[in-house]
Amino acid sequence: MSGAAYVRREPAPRLAPPLTQVGALGWLRVNLFSSWLNTALTVVVLALLLWVLPPLVRFLFIDAVWSGSDRTACLATDGHEAGACWAFVRERLFYFIYGSYPVAERWRVDVFFALFAVSTGWLLWLDAPRRGLAAIVFFVALPVLSYVLLYGWPLIGLPVVDTSLWGGVLVTVVVTAVGIATSLPLGILLALGRRSEMPTVRFFSIAFIEFVRGVPLVTVLFMASVMLPLFVPPAWSPDKLIRALTGVMLFSAAYQAEVVRAGLEAIPRGQYEAARALGLGYWQMNALVVLPQALRITIPNIVNSVIALFKDTTLVFVAGIFDFLRTIEVARSDPKWATPVTSATGYAFAAIVYFVCCYGMARYADNVERRLARADRDGGRR
Amino acid sequence: MLRDVHGPEPAAPRESLLYDPRLRGALYQAALLALIVVFAVAIVHNVAENLARNHITSGFGFLRDTAGFDISQTLIDYSSSTSTYARAFWVGLLNTLLVAGLGIVLATVLGLLVGVARLSGNWLVARTAGAYVTIVRNVPLLLHLLFWYNAVLKALPDFRNSLWLPGGGFLNNRGLFLPKPAFEGGAWPMVAAFAAGVVAAALWRTAAQRRLERTGREWPVALPMLAFVAVPPVIAALASGVGATWSFPQLGRFNVSGGAEVLPEFVALLVALSIYTAAFIAEVVRAGLMSVPVGQSEAAAALGLRRGQALRLVIIPQARRVIIPPLTNQYLNLTKNSTLAVAIGYPDLVQVFAGTVLNVTGQAVEVITITLAVYLVISLATSAAMNWYQARTALVQR
Repeated sequence: MSGAAYVRREPAPRLAPPLTQVGALGWLRVNLFSSWLNTALTVVVLALLLWVLPPLVRFLFIDAVWSGSDRTACLATDGHEAGACWAFVRERLFYFIYGSYPVAERWRVDVFFALFAVSTGWLLWLDAPRRGLAAIVFFVALPVLSYVLLYGWPLIGLPVVDTSLWGGVLVTVVVTAVGIATSLPLGILLALGRRSEMPTVRFFSIAFIEFVRGVPLVTVLFMASVMLPLFVPPAWSPDKLIRALTGVMLFSAAYQAEVVRAGLEAIPRGQYEAARALGLGYWQMNALVVLPQALRITIPNIVNSVIALFKDTTLVFVAGIFDFLRTIEVARSDPKWATPVTSATGYAFAAIVYFVCCYGMARYADNVERRLARADRDGGRR
Repeated sequence: MLRDVHGPEPAAPRESLLYDPRLRGALYQAALLALIVVFAVAIVHNVAENLARNHITSGFGFLRDTAGFDISQTLIDYSSSTSTYARAFWVGLLNTLLVAGLGIVLATVLGLLVGVARLSGNWLVARTAGAYVTIVRNVPLLLHLLFWYNAVLKALPDFRNSLWLPGGGFLNNRGLFLPKPAFEGGAWPMVAAFAAGVVAAALWRTAAQRRLERTGREWPVALPMLAFVAVPPVIAALASGVGATWSFPQLGRFNVSGGAEVLPEFVALLVALSIYTAAFIAEVVRAGLMSVPVGQSEAAAALGLRRGQALRLVIIPQARRVIIPPLTNQYLNLTKNSTLAVAIGYPDLVQVFAGTVLNVTGQAVEVITITLAVYLVISLATSAAMNWYQARTALVQR
């Protein structure tokens, strides 16, 4: 020690990490250029994005035509191709929402939308007060009220509006809402039937579920639209909307049944046995003990099947119904707006609407799922 | 027990038979059965009455009648003047199987790529793949289909200004036109060579596996198998003269002659189905790969396996068990979704049979029954195969 010329008494100051390891550069290095392969991938994907995104942005926003009253607004001007023809969407917006619903009666549709939004929000907001009442409102009161409102009841001064005039978002919402409100209860019954101890009940439940899940929705809708009228006495002859709704209901019920069944199977046997030990009968056991727990953990999956149902409503055109996408199809082939960009504009608009709705529902399902997982972890507290 | 053993037996509790669970069960089931029978009888009665009123005779005899309508894409010989409705059925079914088969291949390739890309350490790649899945899954398939058909393919230049593809094909708003090899020498040598190649590839794989188990050394497997399958048909084609002459599509004044024509409807349906289903397959693949615990990768690395080996020998065999059942489900969905062909007029089973044949003959009950039966058979057969596979590959718990 004594021979040392220099002894360091305090630690050297810490050097800053190399510039390439931290900050934006470090991030880039780790996440985009960690190896030759990754660098190549980054370049390829970047090229792909540069190829797709700028033209898309130019089409949707920069070159877009925002106002105008007919096709001339959206035609190419001096060799310069026009972008999205939003003027077309603006002019046809009411058709996309209401279809051919008479203008004087459209307030009824607005009221229906408001009622639907309020009751759905009430049902989906997990902390809302009196959610049991919300379920009754959604599954019993809303359908009756909506029918009176939309179809009409001359006795109270609401003239009848034939369903052949309905269209657009209205039909999409009606088909989705009726689809859920009818298929969920039916699905619950089928799920209980599939797990029943009675062989006959089990057999018919399984047969129905597997049959419907084995065939495409298009064929079910075909069946509903050509065979349903044959199945009932001629006097009843259901209108097109009813036929489509029946098809959607039966189709969706089979899928809901499997979703609910998964929830039922997640409930421990002890819950059934405890309910039995308390002297509850079959229906009491299910209604008071099993289903409330099973349905709660099934909410995310039910919402996911609602998303599927919502996307599937586009197929009701097979039964001759004008849903939202069909109204776009009709409007885009109108000669008044015949331009090279009309179709793309219509589809872009539809894609945005469907995406916003489906993505919103998916995010909701994710949130509920995370919340349930949290509740599980924290020992059952909600 | 305080009961006096010599006292009178306590009377059995007087219970109504109605509370006997077995009797109740039987009653409920009888009621359900009766309800279903009544329902069925009512339906049969109504159908008979409705058909009689419309003067439609039921039965499958109509299948032998001449169809009398044209179909735009036929894989087997078909002519409107001589072919029967039964023939039209087969044409439609083959068209469905063609688009579904090709769609499954394309969707699987794309879905695997995207699924693996989502797990990539490369931020940009993972995010782009994620965006693809989110956007595609949240837009209805019908919208994808209409977009590709009406906004892309129908908006292509007309055939005078066709887009030329490398290799002699071209693309216009009437469809895709590709060069076609002339099958003068017949296709049989190629088919035979292909079959022989498949057998040889299987034998190679078994031999390589045996060698690995015996000696612990590996033979390359993937590349030789690919060579066994791909090379013999090419040689056979060269030897028999198939592909020596190609028929190239020619632009005439009003029409296109020569070559192979692919309908725009077919292209649109194939592209839409592949892109849509690939997003779902990507999620299946991602979930499968994520289901293998990280410890497995680490253990493989600790054993000295390279990344590729670890994937091939440790990760994928375990992920496969999780991936295959939902993957099959997606294949079934794709097949069922191919019925959306009705929206753009691709002549698949539903469009030809449940659409045209039903409209022409009015035999609603028979036509719909046959159509449903076809999809049901495909679905149930696949489910049965899947159950067998799952039983075979299930983990054996000690």
